[in-house]
Amino acid sequence: MDFLTIIQLLDSTVRLATPLLLACLAGLFSERAGIFDIGLEGKMLMAAFFSAAVAAATGNVWLGLLAGIGSSLLLAGLHGVASITFRGNQLISGVAINFLAAGMTVLIAQDWFQQGGRTPSLIGGGRFTPFDLPFAESLSGVPVLGPVYSELLSGHSILVYIAFLAVPATWWVLFRTRFGLRLRAVGENPAAVDTAGVSVVGLRYAAVMICGLLCGIAGAYLATALQAGFVKDMTAGRGFIALAALIFAKWRPWHAMGACLLFGLLQAIALRFQNIELGGITIPVQAMDALPYVLTVVILAGFVGKAIPPRAGGEPYVKER
Amino acid sequence: MDKMPKWADVVLIPLISLFLAALLSALVILGIGEDPVAAVKLMVDGALGSTYGWGYTLYYATNFMFTGLAVAIAAHAGLFNIGGEGQAMLGGLGVALVCLLIPWPHWTLALVFAALGAGLFGAAWAAIPAYLQAKRGSHIVITTIMFNFIAAAVLNYVLVNLLRPEGSMDPATERFPEAVHLPSLHELLAPIGIEFSKSAPANVSLLVAVGACLFVWLLIWRTPLGYEIRSLGKSEPGARYAGISSVRTIMIAMLISGALAGMMAVNNVMGEAERLVLNATEGAGFIGIAVALMGRNHPFGVFLAAILFGFLYQGGAELALWTSIPRELIVVIQALVILFTGALDNMVRMPLERIFLAMRKGQN
Repeated sequence: MDFLTIIQLLDSTVRLATPLLLACLAGLFSERAGIFDIGLEGKMLMAAFFSAAVAAATGNVWLGLLAGIGSSLLLAGLHGVASITFRGNQLISGVAINFLAAGMTVLIAQDWFQQGGRTPSLIGGGRFTPFDLPFAESLSGVPVLGPVYSELLSGHSILVYIAFLAVPATWWVLFRTRFGLRLRAVGENPAAVDTAGVSVVGLRYAAVMICGLLCGIAGAYLATALQAGFVKDMTAGRGFIALAALIFAKWRPWHAMGACLLFGLLQAIALRFQNIELGGITIPVQAMDALPYVLTVVILAGFVGKAIPPRAGGEPYVKER
Repeated sequence: MDKMPKWADVVLIPLISLFLAALLSALVILGIGEDPVAAVKLMVDGALGSTYGWGYTLYYATNFMFTGLAVAIAAHAGLFNIGGEGQAMLGGLGVALVCLLIPWPHWTLALVFAALGAGLFGAAWAAIPAYLQAKRGSHIVITTIMFNFIAAAVLNYVLVNLLRPEGSMDPATERFPEAVHLPSLHELLAPIGIEFSKSAPANVSLLVAVGACLFVWLLIWRTPLGYEIRSLGKSEPGARYAGISSVRTIMIAMLISGALAGMMAVNNVMGEAERLVLNATEGAGFIGIAVALMGRNHPFGVFLAAILFGFLYQGGAELALWTSIPRELIVVIQALVILFTGALDNMVRMPLERIFLAMRKGQN
């Protein structure tokens, strides 16, 4: 494998890790506040459709992004109503949201565009274009570091940079602000937060809405930057890989970035090479597909350090009377 | 004192939830510019208007009975088995191996062993998540989701690299031998003089599914093991105090659950396709969640809910055939049923409880 192949592989790793990272951080906010969310997949899918549909209809990708975020927030609000206000089962609510998105996107797409459940291909202003970092062109001649800067770091869509900037932002919000402290507290011991006179319901809704916002960006990235348009079931399990990454990272922002890059690399390898020969042993492509899930089960099993979720996760909070 | 009479809990709340889901579905149909009344008529005609329609409805219902029972029995133990899909996929592998590797003299013998194989493979796929939950406290929902994806990859590998016949491009096994062909309802009913559609896929595994409903009812409410499973589901500390081993009970409940999900393969792989194809389960494992919620985790409720979803599935296929409404409408209805009967249960329950309390106060 030569240097250029490695650069290309890492470049596609960054592209594929971006939606995972956004969804993973979305789940991080929600689960840190004690709301399990297995509906990341559905929110991403809904956002992917609405961003592509509005971008196709208006030719403006930014309006598409807004529509995507709006639709994802709507589903997040539904999850909030079911799991916070009506204290329903958060897991069942997540399952329902995934199915709702899977069905509604195709239903609306068919009614709107009559193209068998997809949107028209996005052209021109309907897509996020590559964003060049300063001096990318002139530095590309520098050996080793030049290609790394101009090929690997520069030339992604703006959403990629937003995703990676969201990592320190998440860390700062969760671990350096009052809001973050309360948000983490509400996921560990909501009764204590309530006793301190802070609204448990308000904090949890805020967390669920931040989750919706990030899932919306993730979905919009899928349909308007990574690919050009929406196709049925285009998230293809990414929401669950993000969930796996979240557990793999043990609910920590910087580790989440590491986990998403690792799982992105696995996807990039599976995409580029079919079967890999390693010293006489052939690794089938299916093993690459399954690896993120296998790794997560191993982590969950506690064989490589124990993954302990936020303590109040999944339990509705009932105020004492 | 209960806040509500039992009939309200068992009948009224599911009916109201179902009504809400139906109402929203009708709004969705209106929203995409179709007529909901005409759509329902078309669905009823297509799914129940002929023995052909009934044949498909019952075929789908058979799948959903198995997966619904799988979710229900885990739910009684307080576990949410979302891995029915993966367990059913592995069950298909078990059926395929039993049917292809052994030359069976008669379908009855093959059916018994295929069901055993399917159950064994399904149970094996549930065993690891069950063990991790029981022994190491790993959340079973997450592990079973992961195992669904791992199952898809395993099946893909086995079909492409191991079981695919020489020279075939299709990732599927070869056809099962003629001897393991399961009699369809047409072949079963013809000798007693009932005319049933020849081309519908409903087959003898429907009787196996009904038997499974009966078995689960007996197990849950008429055996000590069922009592242990229910106690664990109600309160783990309580069960432990009563001397019930939670590890043992979780393992047994999940193994039975996985076996039931796996046995679905007798219907779709052995009874219908007569070979193992990729994605043979078609999401039936997930519909089991809706079926169990709708049926209140009671085998008889699961039986009825499975037939309802069988009707929706066949009716939805007819809709897609004759109108411009895509098949995904069924996925939306399924989502709404899960939402209202599962996640938003309290939205219906809380006001009803208040009404019943007010009525009781009025009487005293």
